[in-house]
Order: sequence, then C-alpha cells, then structure tokens
Amino acid sequence: MNLTLKVWRQKNDKSKGQFVTIQANDIADDMSFLEMLDIVNEDLTRKGEDPIYFDHDCREGICGMCSLVINGRPHGPKYGITTCQLHMRSFHDGQTIVIEPWRAAAFPVLKDLAVDRTAFDRIQQAGGYVNVNTGGVPDANTIAIPKRIADEAFESATCIGCGACVAACKNASAMLFVSAKISQFALLPQGQTERYERAQAMVDQMDAEGFGSCTNTGACEAECPKGIKLSNIARMNREYFTAKFFREEDVHTHN
Amino acid sequence: MSLTGIFLCTFLIVHLIGNLQLFKDDAGYAFNQYAYFMTHFTPIKVVSYLLYASIILHAIYALVLTLKNRAARPIGYAQYDGKANSTWNSRNMGILGTIVLVFLATHMQNFWWKYHNDQVPYVEYRTDLATGARSITELQASEFTDYQVTIENNVEIVKARDLYKQVAYAFKNIGLVIFYVIAMAALAFHLIHGFQSAFRTLGVSHKKYLPLIQAIGVWLFGVIVPIGFALMPLYFYFVK
Repeated sequence: MNLTLKVWRQKNDKSKGQFVTIQANDIADDMSFLEMLDIVNEDLTRKGEDPIYFDHDCREGICGMCSLVINGRPHGPKYGITTCQLHMRSFHDGQTIVIEPWRAAAFPVLKDLAVDRTAFDRIQQAGGYVNVNTGGVPDANTIAIPKRIADEAFESATCIGCGACVAACKNASAMLFVSAKISQFALLPQGQTERYERAQAMVDQMDAEGFGSCTNTGACEAECPKGIKLSNIARMNREYFTAKFFREEDVHTHN
Repeated sequence: MSLTGIFLCTFLIVHLIGNLQLFKDDAGYAFNQYAYFMTHFTPIKVVSYLLYASIILHAIYALVLTLKNRAARPIGYAQYDGKANSTWNSRNMGILGTIVLVFLATHMQNFWWKYHNDQVPYVEYRTDLATGARSITELQASEFTDYQVTIENNVEIVKARDLYKQVAYAFKNIGLVIFYVIAMAALAFHLIHGFQSAFRTLGVSHKKYLPLIQAIGVWLFGVIVPIGFALMPLYFYFVK
C-alpha cells in the first residue's frame, strides 16, 4: 500500500519544527509501524536526505522506548499495544497518517519524533526504589504475601515508562506513571520502609518537572499499552495525603 | 477543587428540596416564609457565606490549574483524538463550569440581589386558622415594615417579601427560561464527571463504594437535580 505521512521534523531541541509530507510507497500490511518508518528512512538515506529520527529499542512491546502520536492517538489507533506492535494492516491504502512526538513541557523534543523522557528517570531516582540489605541471596518466599496483593503490585509494576499517559492526558499529567511506581512498592512488605517518604519525594519531583495535574478524564488508562488502572492514581493520592497529613517526613534532597 | 466541589454538591440538594415549595399552589405562602428563614437564621447565614467563598475558590483554583495545565503542554497536537480515550464533558469541565458561573451571576442578580435590596413586591397572607381559608393581598412599600407573623382573632397574618412573585415574573421571560434550562444541562454534564472525579482525587477507589459514587454522580447530580431545577422555570412559563 501507499501512504502519505505528515511527519514532525525538528532539527534539534532548540530549533522550531514543522510538519513535512513524505510518501511511503510499497508498504506491506504485515509490517510493523516502525518497520514502515525503516523503509521510509532507507529511501530518504538513498536520496541523501536526513532520515526520520524516532525512538525504538526492543520492538516487542516491553521496553517502553517507542513513542509517536499517530493520528491523534499515542501508540496509534489500537488499544493496549505499543507502536512497535502496531501493524500496517490497521491502515488502508492511500491514507494520510499524521505522526507527532509526545507533547509535554517536561518531554522536550530532541530531534524529529524523539523526546527526552529523563524526567521519568528523575522521578524514579527520587523514590522509586527499595533499600535492601546486601549479603547472601535470601530464600524464596520467606516473606508471605497474599496472592491478591502480589497480583495487584505486579499489575502496577508492568508499567514500562513509555509516557503514553502523559501524551494522552489533556493536561500532560504524569500521575498514572508515578502512581504505578508508587503503588508497586506501597502494596508490598519490602516497600514499607520508605513508603511515605517515597510518596512525598516522587510527587514533589513530578511537580518540579512541570507535568500537569490530574482531572480524572481517564485518557491515560485508555491509552496505556500495559493497562495500568486509574485506581493507582487514587492510591497515590491516599499515600500522599497520609504522608502529608499524618506521617510527614523530611524529604532528602536530590541534587 | 474536590472539597469545594463536594460542598457545592451538598448545597444543590438543600437548594432543590427547599425550592420544591415553588411547586406548591399557595401563592408563595410556604416559599416566602422559607426564603425569610434561609436569609435570616444565623447558622444558615454562616453556611451561605462559606458557600459563596467555595464558589469563588472553586472558580479561581480551576483557573489557576487550567493555566498550569496549559503550560504543561506548550505545543499542542495537530491532531488529537480525545473521544477515543475520554468523555467530552471530562475534557471540557472549564467550559461547562464557565456556563454555570455565568448562570450563577444571572441567578444571584435576579433573585438574591433583588431580595436583599428591597426590589421584590410585598405580600400579606391572612389565614383563618379555623377554616384554613386564605386571602392574599399585595402590600405597598409604605405599608411594609418587616417580615411579621401575628395572630389576631384566630386569623394568622403573615407579611413578607414576595420572592415567589418575583420568580413567577422572571420566568415569564422565554429567553431567561431557555438560558436556565441550558445552564442546568451544563451543570448535569459538569457533575456527571465532577462528582466522581472529586472522590477519586480524595483517594476513593473502592470496588464497592466507587460504583455507588458513580451512580450517585450520574443519577442524582446528573439527572434528578438538574431536571428538578430546570422544571422550575418551565413550570412558571408553561403552567402558571
């Protein structure tokens, strides 16, 4: 099939970008969206032009590196998948496809379609970890955790940090990501040591990065490739309120 | 947003129940006494000032948050398919809220301001306590001093500001009636999202209570309350 791509091209983080129309010809419908861009890039390279710069890594939906807002939807027109899992059979011959980067002040565009998502890393560094004693490897299952709790924590832990929640949210809020990271530890015994300090530190860092606030539209949940639930956000709010009202601790600075 | 929002929701219930007296066919005998009580009973006056403060806080905080949220995405999308992942009203709470705010200003000017500044008619009800027969006379401003309830020769005499007549008069204006109905539709959509959203913000995400809260948000605040209010202008325009 032949497609018309309207791609956001931007030289670097300082320059102003604009949409460029590029033809994608002879695309097979069993290609993934990223393979389609590979074909287009080979074509551009042969013509001596700058290939389209986009993020990707594992290409099997587990690393969270690929992004792209495709026709107004993060990761394209399907639910529950990443862009690398999106196939060209979801489009039809002659279609015009608009491809944009994630749009958020906290995710500045580096080049073309790639954005800087280190804001997420800094939020993680602020509290998205547990302290453990070093030494011998402990026996498995020495800490009893009810299956329901373990499953719930695992559900939250499936977040791959792709940032589709921020891209989808009308306020560019990162609350689904941050709440998933807070939840996975808040639910487990191993996460109790830093529980309230974590909620404060990660929320503070999130605000400092310039993400918007949550108005519970549910767009993040709908667009999340891993099905992270909105209930995580309510849990994060509970953790944060509890921390602020009853268990406030001095949050160590991270500079 | 959530705390002021929930407080404003509780007010709506009280306001609706009280104003159901407008549907009583008693020329405003009950409603006008209720209006006097609501404006002169100290605890209710205190709550009413809390209410005005909540409206202002809710609106100002919404504006601040909206500006902050706009700043979080300085370059918007050329194409944004919002309907694929969220409801229209959840994405347009600001527009709906602005309609409600404009409505509130009009509503306060029509009734609250006129009532508090002696711009409504005066009325005297004489009720024979033995038979229940009642006569209604409009009073001139010179004949009216203040709200009074007296009993002479087994006849109860009530002198009051006639807010009921002001309501009946205002709702003969078709433009105002249409505006009220539109504003109530905006309120309905605002609360269908807003009521449950307030609880989510406060951390409520319980598998038993959240569906209950959502049902209350949709059926009570999205259907019953706005329809109840919208029926008032329609009743006065078409029935009275």
